[in-house]
Amino acid sequence: MAENQTYYVPEQSKWPIVATIGLGVTLYGLASILVNGGRGESTTGAWVMFMVGALIMAYMLFGWFGSVIRESRAGLYSAQMDRSFRWGMSWFIFSEVMFFAAFFGALFYVRMFAVPWLGGEGDKGSSAMLWEGFQATWPLVQNPDPEAYPGPREVIGPWGLPLINTLLLVSSSFTVTVAHHALKAGHRHTVKVWLGATIVLGLSFLVLQAEEYVHAYQELDLTLQSGIYGSTFFMLTGFHGAHVTLGTLMLFIMLVRVFKGHFTADNHFGFEAAAWYWHFVDVVWLALFVFVYIL
Amino acid sequence: MYLVFSFTMFLLGGSMAMVIRAELFQPGLQIVQPEFFNQMTTMHGLIMVFGAVMPAFVGLANWMIPLMIGAPDMALPRMNNWSFWLLPCAFLILVSTLFMEGGAPNFGWTFYAPLSTTYGPPSTTFFIFAIHIMGISSIMGAINVIATILNLRAPGMTLMKMPLFVWTWLITAFLLIAVMPVLAGVVTMMLMDINFGTSFFDASGGGDPVLFQHVFWFFGHPEVYIMILPAFGAISHIIPAFSRKPLFGYASMVYAVGAIALLSFIVWAHHMFTVGVPLAGQLFFMYATMLIAVPTGVKVFNWVATMFRGSLSFEAPMLFAVAFVILFTIGGFSGLMLAIAPSDFQYHDTYFVVAHFHYVLVPGAIFGIFAAAYFWLPKWTGHMYDEALAKTHFWLSFIGMNLAFFPMHFLGLAGMPRRIPDYALQFADFNMISSIGAFMFGATQLLFLLIVVRCVRGGEPAPAKPWEGAEGLEWTVPSPAPYHTFSTPPEVK
Amino acid sequence: MRVHAQRAGALFGGLAVPAVSLADWTMNMRPGVTSTSNEIFSLHMTILWICVAIGVVVFGVMFWSIFAHRKSQGHKPANFHENTVVEILWTIIPFVILVAMAIPATATLVKMYDTSESELDIRVTGYQWKWQYQYVDQDFGYFSTLATPRDQIANRQRKGEHYLLEVDNPLVIPVGRKVRLLLTANDVIHSWWVPEFGVKKDAIPGFINEAWVRVEEPGVYRGQCTELCGKDHGFMPVVVRAVPEPEFQTWLAEQKAAAEKERELTQKDWTLEELMARGEKTYQTTCAACHQPDGRGVPPAFPALRGSPIATGDLAAHMDIVVHGKSGTAMQAFGSQLSEVDLAAVITYERNAWGNSTGDMVTPKQILDFKNQQ
Repeated sequence: MAENQTYYVPEQSKWPIVATIGLGVTLYGLASILVNGGRGESTTGAWVMFMVGALIMAYMLFGWFGSVIRESRAGLYSAQMDRSFRWGMSWFIFSEVMFFAAFFGALFYVRMFAVPWLGGEGDKGSSAMLWEGFQATWPLVQNPDPEAYPGPREVIGPWGLPLINTLLLVSSSFTVTVAHHALKAGHRHTVKVWLGATIVLGLSFLVLQAEEYVHAYQELDLTLQSGIYGSTFFMLTGFHGAHVTLGTLMLFIMLVRVFKGHFTADNHFGFEAAAWYWHFVDVVWLALFVFVYIL
Repeated sequence: MYLVFSFTMFLLGGSMAMVIRAELFQPGLQIVQPEFFNQMTTMHGLIMVFGAVMPAFVGLANWMIPLMIGAPDMALPRMNNWSFWLLPCAFLILVSTLFMEGGAPNFGWTFYAPLSTTYGPPSTTFFIFAIHIMGISSIMGAINVIATILNLRAPGMTLMKMPLFVWTWLITAFLLIAVMPVLAGVVTMMLMDINFGTSFFDASGGGDPVLFQHVFWFFGHPEVYIMILPAFGAISHIIPAFSRKPLFGYASMVYAVGAIALLSFIVWAHHMFTVGVPLAGQLFFMYATMLIAVPTGVKVFNWVATMFRGSLSFEAPMLFAVAFVILFTIGGFSGLMLAIAPSDFQYHDTYFVVAHFHYVLVPGAIFGIFAAAYFWLPKWTGHMYDEALAKTHFWLSFIGMNLAFFPMHFLGLAGMPRRIPDYALQFADFNMISSIGAFMFGATQLLFLLIVVRCVRGGEPAPAKPWEGAEGLEWTVPSPAPYHTFSTPPEVK
Repeated sequence: MRVHAQRAGALFGGLAVPAVSLADWTMNMRPGVTSTSNEIFSLHMTILWICVAIGVVVFGVMFWSIFAHRKSQGHKPANFHENTVVEILWTIIPFVILVAMAIPATATLVKMYDTSESELDIRVTGYQWKWQYQYVDQDFGYFSTLATPRDQIANRQRKGEHYLLEVDNPLVIPVGRKVRLLLTANDVIHSWWVPEFGVKKDAIPGFINEAWVRVEEPGVYRGQCTELCGKDHGFMPVVVRAVPEPEFQTWLAEQKAAAEKERELTQKDWTLEELMARGEKTYQTTCAACHQPDGRGVPPAFPALRGSPIATGDLAAHMDIVVHGKSGTAMQAFGSQLSEVDLAAVITYERNAWGNSTGDMVTPKQILDFKNQQ
């Protein structure tokens, strides 16, 4: 292991190549599932490939993060390294923000331009002559071509489950902050309680969200296939849900590490990164709540 | 490694261009069928943009940024390593689509829906995942660059003392992080439309095919600056070095790059002047696009002012740099003409556009890379390259490139649409000239391979600072630069 | 010194080419035949000359440095690297030039967008790979497909004068009237362009874009599809015939009568031979681009019809796929594109050509019934 005065340069590592192979195999498998499935062919081989890839990925994640945690525990990382991690994480979160921005952009475009045009308003209003009997409304319950895309019977109102979910996430943002302050102050027991509470809140959010999806699919006929409302609704809330899952997982790992006695009052970047990430999913939810559910 | 990969891809993408030019040598269908022709144009674009130009600049960044700011390596070396390995993986998937049932993607590198969704070949799903992997790779590469620059600078190197190549890369990395996720978003929408029945790009479900173009070009326009800004940086080192005179207007160069980057976010619809954007939008995007000429002009003026009253000599890097300034400016002029929305109705999707972006990308990105490669080769290998061969490489490339792309302006103005495998008779002469130039340019690049291989193998040993006028930390260490060069940071005054 | 001169020559060559060639008429944009295209042309020329002028100044200074300030001539470098006044000047001057360019450009753009007060509406629909023209208030329309023989494309025959720029039924418009085009598409995005009109607008499936044209001179004007739309993107030209008003009226009357006659044909009793003859014609213009003239197709995207289960098996399934298309593939629903007669003829042809000898005959009336029971 190279020892330097100011910089820490880690030794060569196998994980990047493992990660590449894992990701490549997983995605190739997934694409094969979709393509062969779409053609009505057998997808067994593709599934095997996908699972193998996923296993390699899981192995890699444990291995890679494991070695980073070991190195960090061994005190190999300087303050400079820590700053690099911080920059890395914040820009990563910024890239996630832009990913959501693409979907929000799509939502705004559709609502402000495409749907009104199809309904006969605005600059391209003459498009309406292609869609007889179509009314531009939002939420869009009747699509321009109801045969190709049967619309939902009803959509989900904001003041039921979504409101509860909002409260859950906002309070979880609060609990994780309390845990963070406790960690800084060195009260390890308090950290465990409040971090645990955050995870419970996150899990309840996910359960309620799943409940909402089942309700939408089974009773409201609101599905991915029910036109642009369903498309934007499920893509936005779905990606958000995936991020909440990931965030909960990260917090859970942090909880395990706290129990194992990791982190000190001034060296706990892993914890902070997870907390940042958690705040980020929280903020995205607030935007979702306003633009997808309320307006 | 990035550079080797990128050059391999350059040759692969180039050979596809040769197929295209061979088919267009004469009117009529001779060599390939239209389906395969469309696959070639698509793959040529994708491979050149994502496989050749971008990795080449990332490679330069990995090699030069630590040297220039006095750091041992990039800030997050393992992540860096991963972002490299993802690229061959992505391109393996992309190239494998050529051998799939239904053929490779055939909808152009801009993959407009619904041609790429409802009407795309089955391999589109693989293409989407390849883009995802590339996107992850670029984002991580960019995060790394930012972390390195912001965190590992040698003591005393303030932001406004950073070399321009580092500055341009900092801004490029910012653009990458801002737009690659948007690309990921738009291909995800495609994936859902194809496989899960969503209707983002289908009007019968309330979506809009034009939505695809808006999201795509929100990524796409910053993307073209991603491909040119690092070249701006490299050129800003080379011209002062061979003029033996400091760069004119360092601060305004930095501000100009920043302005270009910011403007790049609000001009995307100039790629879509004919899709029927409402009048107010059309005017806004026209004005914003024209504004880009101002900072770009400032850069060109600064370069010229740097040369003015210098003491010039013309080794290969300088030749490429001067050609860069001239030809890029010509590309800029045609860009300005394209920015004028009413005229764009006549230029749009014709060979005039093809000429424009090849004038910007070939002498811009590619010549910039060549110039940078010759400039820093002695530093990398510890040997001087063969100057006579390098000059031959330059002149053949220069002539070939102009021969290939200049006639395309005339073709476009005369009314030849792009992406067609066959054309009306009045376009025959210029197409033939263009094909000859393209073959010449393509063949010349093998010479570059030869020069680099010979330089790596041996040659006259290079001193620490092989160029008389060169400035910067990278020239203070021996050539070749030792592994993990600055393990203790140098002091910058 | 000789080397220097050569280098300079080449560099200047690269520069001089634009100026010289643009003066050459055939290499430049054509002014066209509408007021829009003329305005665009003059904008184009103005900006081109501004660019050339800027180019001459900038490159002039550059070449002056290249010649005069060479190290080999012993020139010593100066050491200036900043001059705020100059830098501000060359930010402001280009800005002023840009404003000057933007004013006429805005005026032209506003005029191009004004589609009001049109005197004739035509709906233009892009299909893979042909155009459909519908005269909105006149109740008739037709398709316009490439007329260049395949033998010319495959280099088995000499290419004609309008190679790839000729169609069977051109769009016909009257001279001097403001014609509004309502552009849309049936499958993917196409783009309708006639350079001489200065009109280029994308045809987007599900939406309508508007454009207008007022042609002053009678004549035949040719253009192409300019948005990549799949395999035969290069083979779907636009041809417009602008005719004087009286001629247009005669033509209109003929078309309406022909449309009426076509409807009557549905009721006529057809023989197998008649249907085969008509079917072959329809097949070659409508189907052969994908399924190939010999019915072998281009698998897997475009399946063969020769000996295929569709064309030799169940008749109802065959009618269904032709009339309704197959979603998710390039097979369009031809029920709305072709008349009952043509549908009947082409199905009959496919079931009896290239050794597909089912002996089946489909009449226009059967097609009509088939459509009605849906």
